[in-house]
Amino acid sequence: MWDYTEKVRDHFLNPRNVGVAENANGVGEVGSLSCGDALKLTIRVGENDIIEDAKFQTFGCASAIASSSALTEMVKGLALDEAAKITNDDIAEFLGGLPKEKIHCSVMGRDGLERAIADYRGEVIKVTQGNVVCECFGVTDLEIERAVKEDGLATIDQIINHLKAGGGCGKCHDDIEAIIHRVRGEQAMEIIKPVRMSNMQKIKLIESTLEREIKPTLQKDRGDIELVDVVGNKVYVRLQGSCASCSKSQITLKNHVEAKLRELVTQDLVVEEVK
Amino acid sequence: MRTIYLDNNATTRVADEVLEEMIPCLRDIYGNPSSMHHKGAEAGEPLKLARQRVASLLGAQPDEILFTSCGTESDSTAINAAMVAYPDKKHIVTTMVEHPAVKTYCESLEKHGYRVTLVPVDRKGRLDLNALYASISDDTAIVSIMWANNETGTLFPVEEIAKKVKSLGAAVFHTDAVQAVGKVDINLADSAIDMLSLSGHKLHAPKGVGALYIRKGTKFSPFLMGGHQENGRRAGTENHSSIVALGRACSLAAEMMEEENTRVKALRDRLEKRLLETIPNCFVNGDLDNRLPNTCSISFEYVEGEAILLMMNEFGICASSGSACTSGSLEPSHVLRAMGIPFTAAHGTIRFSLSTDNTDEDIDTVIENLPGIIHTLRQMSPFWAEAMAAKA
Repeated sequence: MWDYTEKVRDHFLNPRNVGVAENANGVGEVGSLSCGDALKLTIRVGENDIIEDAKFQTFGCASAIASSSALTEMVKGLALDEAAKITNDDIAEFLGGLPKEKIHCSVMGRDGLERAIADYRGEVIKVTQGNVVCECFGVTDLEIERAVKEDGLATIDQIINHLKAGGGCGKCHDDIEAIIHRVRGEQAMEIIKPVRMSNMQKIKLIESTLEREIKPTLQKDRGDIELVDVVGNKVYVRLQGSCASCSKSQITLKNHVEAKLRELVTQDLVVEEVK
Repeated sequence: MRTIYLDNNATTRVADEVLEEMIPCLRDIYGNPSSMHHKGAEAGEPLKLARQRVASLLGAQPDEILFTSCGTESDSTAINAAMVAYPDKKHIVTTMVEHPAVKTYCESLEKHGYRVTLVPVDRKGRLDLNALYASISDDTAIVSIMWANNETGTLFPVEEIAKKVKSLGAAVFHTDAVQAVGKVDINLADSAIDMLSLSGHKLHAPKGVGALYIRKGTKFSPFLMGGHQENGRRAGTENHSSIVALGRACSLAAEMMEEENTRVKALRDRLEKRLLETIPNCFVNGDLDNRLPNTCSISFEYVEGEAILLMMNEFGICASSGSACTSGSLEPSHVLRAMGIPFTAAHGTIRFSLSTDNTDEDIDTVIENLPGIIHTLRQMSPFWAEAMAAKA
């Protein structure tokens, strides 16, 4: 069960401002049926650019409905310029906080508001173009870039909670990571394979391949590996953690560790386990 | 507020009869069955009875029953045993709608050099048997196919499948029968099934106990090592009281199976019929001709499942959803997606799963309140407004 605040429960069970604002002059629509949540926000802006009325229609979970309801309460009576400053954090804060997996509900509120204001001002709504990275939720590279830049996101989990991107099949995780690295000015490290290697170079390359390519996957399954020695083309390793007691460790050793080292260091390597 | 518990495929209440047999094992019969003294012997007797009771429900021999900590452990043990027994066979077959206990484990084996076939299903959740049989070869180490689907209740013809895949060269056939045991008549003596997993807490025993049936003669290799328990097939001191509870739950299930398939089924059918009559734009999922008697998966278009669940909770009604938002993952259930349930409805799918504990009154409460809940949420949904406008 989600840990929703009383305020989220209240705005979900007794939503404020459901429907379409009368004589609305700004409409913002975000989300879709396939994504699992969507918001249609209508606002009526009156004299002095004051938002006189705001109403919502939302398809989504409890926190999506509560975020929409909260948003309408927050913007009613506000000057347009003030309303434009509302962030997704403000919406979450208004509700006393949201579970981190539900942050995207507050992001949907902010995006809906942004579009409604743009619509009222007659601006071409910034439909974020770009290439779709996450096919499950139709999120583009530009949207991910924006989230990394403007909202300071730095990990896949943050991107998932914020934009949903990467939260489905997970096939796009590498692409999302590349965007994070690029935007944050970090260069993905490349492994350069020298043509002819000295023994020292070979050992170093074996070490760095173990660190970068092999350890992370083993550690995901709570295992680990330690380089013990390199003699000629024989690589002696010690399996640790869950790998040490895993009945499939020999399969891992040959099909994963040895294959990776052969691919990235040299074809002649043989990996042997030291107990 | 009265609790109306309709989430029995998630877990069940521990039956009074089960609890009664369990308590002395926690209080008085505390010996370790492996110990060489009278307290050890005292603990050994109820274990023996439990093994007989589980075997009897399955039409198996007591020494074919291995106690585990849960359904997931039973599944992992079965798959692992097949891999170790047939190290040269590098192909595994399971289904797209399998429980993650099997599906995720099988998929993870792709990293270890295995080829994994996920057999698809049709719109009603029925298995593509042609695709299944075409995938089998001498390289197939294990075929693991669930007996009943946890989300839709759809039953797969596992007995027929077991015979066929073994004749085509598959080494081992395993079935995850966690949802089927106690609801479907099972007689393993006459079948080609090599291994079968079951879980205690799905049939009114406590959480933390399961069993794996291993047909006599099946090559086996333990998953947990370091002790002689369970004939050397699973190390670790027995979860004594829970195993005793599982035994009683199995004998109780045998007594209740008829009621499950008559009274409980009638409750489920009435619930389903009334909801379909009173709520527009909804439909039932699964193979309606071959389905567990207690399960109803029903999709409501243009609304989202978590919102439905939380509103039902206000009336004391407990159910679950195939919706993404409840589980922490974001995509709707892999079962509904594999069946091709459109997004308009997949997000708004609710699973009611009944048990012999349920009454007419429980069903009445749902029938009285759910139409209003769906109506309220649809009034909020922009897609409902659009759909109605398009219709008019």
